[in-house]
Amino acid sequence: MNAPVLPGPLKDNPSLARWVAFPAPGQVAINTGRVEIGQGVLTAMVQIAADELDVAMTRIAIRSGDTALTPNEGYTAGSQSIQFGGVAMRQACADVRALFLDQAAKVLACPVSELSIRDGSILRNGVTTGQDYWTLAGAVDLKANATGAGQRKPVAQLKSIGQSSARLDLPGKIFGQATFIHDMRLDGMLHARVVRQPNRGASIGAIDERAILRAAKAPVAFVRNGSFLAILGDDETAVDLAAVAADTHVKWQNVETPTAVQQEANWLLQRPAVDRIFGAEPADPKGRERFERTYTRGYLAHASISPSCGLAEFRDGHLTVWTHCQGVFPLRAALAKTLGLEASAITVHHVQGSGCYGHNGADDAAADAAIIAMQKPGVPVRVRWRRDEEFIYEPKTPAMIVKVHALLDDAGKPTDWTQEIWSPTHNQRPGAGGNLLGALALPNPPPEPPPNDVPESNGGGATRNAEPLYDIAAKRHIHHLVTETPIRTSALRGLGAMPNVFALECCIDELAERAGQDPVEYRLSITAYKRARAVIEKVAAMAGWKAGEPGGAGRGRGIAFARYKNRAAYAACVVELDVDEGVRLRHVWCATDAGLVINPDGVINQLEGGIIQSASWVLKEQVRFDNSVASGMASFDWETYPVLKFSEVPEIDIALINTKDEAPLGVGEITAGPTAAAIGNAVSHALGTRIRDLPLTRERIMASLLKE
Amino acid sequence: MTQKFDFTVNGKPVSVALDNEETPLLNVLRNELDLMGTRFGCGLEQCGCCTVLIDGVPEKCCAKPVWSVAGKAVVTIEGLGTPQRPHPLQQAFIDEQAGQCGYCLSGIIVSAKALLDKNPSPTRAQIAQALDDNICRCGSHNRIMRAVEKAAAQLRAGAPS
Ligand code: FES
Ligand code: FES
Repeated sequence: MNAPVLPGPLKDNPSLARWVAFPAPGQVAINTGRVEIGQGVLTAMVQIAADELDVAMTRIAIRSGDTALTPNEGYTAGSQSIQFGGVAMRQACADVRALFLDQAAKVLACPVSELSIRDGSILRNGVTTGQDYWTLAGAVDLKANATGAGQRKPVAQLKSIGQSSARLDLPGKIFGQATFIHDMRLDGMLHARVVRQPNRGASIGAIDERAILRAAKAPVAFVRNGSFLAILGDDETAVDLAAVAADTHVKWQNVETPTAVQQEANWLLQRPAVDRIFGAEPADPKGRERFERTYTRGYLAHASISPSCGLAEFRDGHLTVWTHCQGVFPLRAALAKTLGLEASAITVHHVQGSGCYGHNGADDAAADAAIIAMQKPGVPVRVRWRRDEEFIYEPKTPAMIVKVHALLDDAGKPTDWTQEIWSPTHNQRPGAGGNLLGALALPNPPPEPPPNDVPESNGGGATRNAEPLYDIAAKRHIHHLVTETPIRTSALRGLGAMPNVFALECCIDELAERAGQDPVEYRLSITAYKRARAVIEKVAAMAGWKAGEPGGAGRGRGIAFARYKNRAAYAACVVELDVDEGVRLRHVWCATDAGLVINPDGVINQLEGGIIQSASWVLKEQVRFDNSVASGMASFDWETYPVLKFSEVPEIDIALINTKDEAPLGVGEITAGPTAAAIGNAVSHALGTRIRDLPLTRERIMASLLKE
Repeated sequence: MTQKFDFTVNGKPVSVALDNEETPLLNVLRNELDLMGTRFGCGLEQCGCCTVLIDGVPEKCCAKPVWSVAGKAVVTIEGLGTPQRPHPLQQAFIDEQAGQCGYCLSGIIVSAKALLDKNPSPTRAQIAQALDDNICRCGSHNRIMRAVEKAAAQLRAGAPS
């Protein structure tokens, strides 16, 4: 018999001791490389371990994202934590359980088949034996490698998995406990703010130290290395005042700022790019009619509710870093390179921050703290970015142009589909070749990373969801990876999936209209995928979708569908909204097939969040540039970058289907595209005219009404 | 010159000595009084993460100078309830699983308390309006509004607050 195939993260971290421990009688500790970013992953992991180890959830403590303790699982990103990390945890626990049952069989001199486990106690034919995980722990070597031999529980035996479980981390937050990295205070700690280098290559001209010190109203000190300048002190208020004063009293040379024309996606045309083609070649000769549409989206900010924060201490040659970033191991590697340390001389601990939705300033704030700490051995340093600093310097998700070229048959169905994309990279995470921001200000800054985007094998970056899942004879996508960009770009929830699904699902509606068909019917007529059809049919039923319902008169409905990355979870959304001079969302219905669901309420919570965030992007958000502002960024606070408010959110209804029989899939990013496109389609339904550029602002709606 | 500022926090008298009378109340709560529940989100009075009650009125305290609260009563999220004795709002937030990252919740729960103190039976629209000064980037809005409705019902039914 072939050896069982281990889930990837378990293959990479085979020692079972990295995953599971029995630290004291009655207690279980599990370790995951995945980190909590508000998505509830830790609760789901505990549910998984409870089922596979047969212990109560309350016995299990979970540790996460720690280079000294936990498995290295790269980044917590891409809706993969459950799909890969959760499956690895299941298998690790199943292997551990099997080892203990083997050991118990030896001790009790009976066959394993007579044994079972109830809340950690070993039962023989249902009767307690006096043995449990903790009595046997001394004799079981958990340093052994996983084999995959442990049988994962069949679905029918799952007790915790599949049941809604209250999030373990929420009460602390609801009672205002010190749960966030921002709340960490270390003995002798100093607060720090970085005086940010405006751009790569900018250097410090003059510093009016006296003016800055005066503004602080309490003692602060400067730390400088090349063009990396920070202000440090034990009074956070003084450090903040000094940092604000430094905006005026530190003069920079070689400053380049983005300009307003660069903020629009169309600026990306005619820029230097690396071009790639994927998929079918040549065009399908049967297609007759040509259909072409162009959709665009501007730059977006992650706009995490809290600015990034990082702590670091360099003591006795060892650097310890606390961060809320998504990948402690990749950050450690990047820090080692930046600081000239061995990775073994660095420990990185994850501590929760606010929701990040991708690569925000977290890694950079940690690096800032580390750079300062290296110059102040023995002193713990806490860097907390300012609000404008986060808006201006966090990596943005890139503007994108998506142009659809299709050939249609006589019935108006596409037979050949090309999706052509212009986009800067969606991945400059430090581990993917990107640089830590602070490193650019140090002497001998690292070179520009080579042009690079997330590989297709990982779902692609700009090309994510660039192919319709529909039955189309020939599909291809062309990617112009734009290499000249005014600002740093990187990963935001779903990467290119949102603009791609927005474009293609709006085009599908345009094609349905040309063919004189209802959008739901039309979609069903071009897809044979069972699971795709099921979510489309389900959401139509939930929303009481009526074929041919007349639009116009300001009220509209729209539908859209996607299978995330064309290989993960399925989601279809229906949106109902009103349009006068702006858009008012009324209701969003969503049907999702994410396979086996660990924590249904947790999944619904994430789906709701994804829907609301996508709605916010579509209706309100675009990062604006303006070179009359010192930083060049006209979006620098919540007034210049507004997001959806309580009075603007729609009612949301979500159905999870097919929750038992298929492998589990992540849901954090799957609604970004379908929500955006369903809103676009509903707006078009309401207006009778289509807007193809995001965001769907009041100005654009007025302009399109005037055009009519 | 060091000055002393006296006020109450969650019913207890406090006295802090500071050189800078303009020090924001938020920094005093977090850095002098070790009350981390009130969060920093912007420092610009825009996001609501730092909302506290000052003499019963919800106020953002990230830019509120400490001198301005001398002699006043400040209530923070820590003053509402504890895991042993949760405020009905806190219990309702747990029951509804109202939150994702949870960073916004302290300010939101305090804003909601101010609303319910004034208006025990708010409509959904009134709740939304009362919370419009609080940003939630994770999109937990609907659960949060459901939790406020639930707490309101419980308070009306006589739940101790
Ligand atoms: S931190 Fe006070 S309103 Fe944002
Ligand atoms: S739960 Fe994350 S900002 Fe509200």
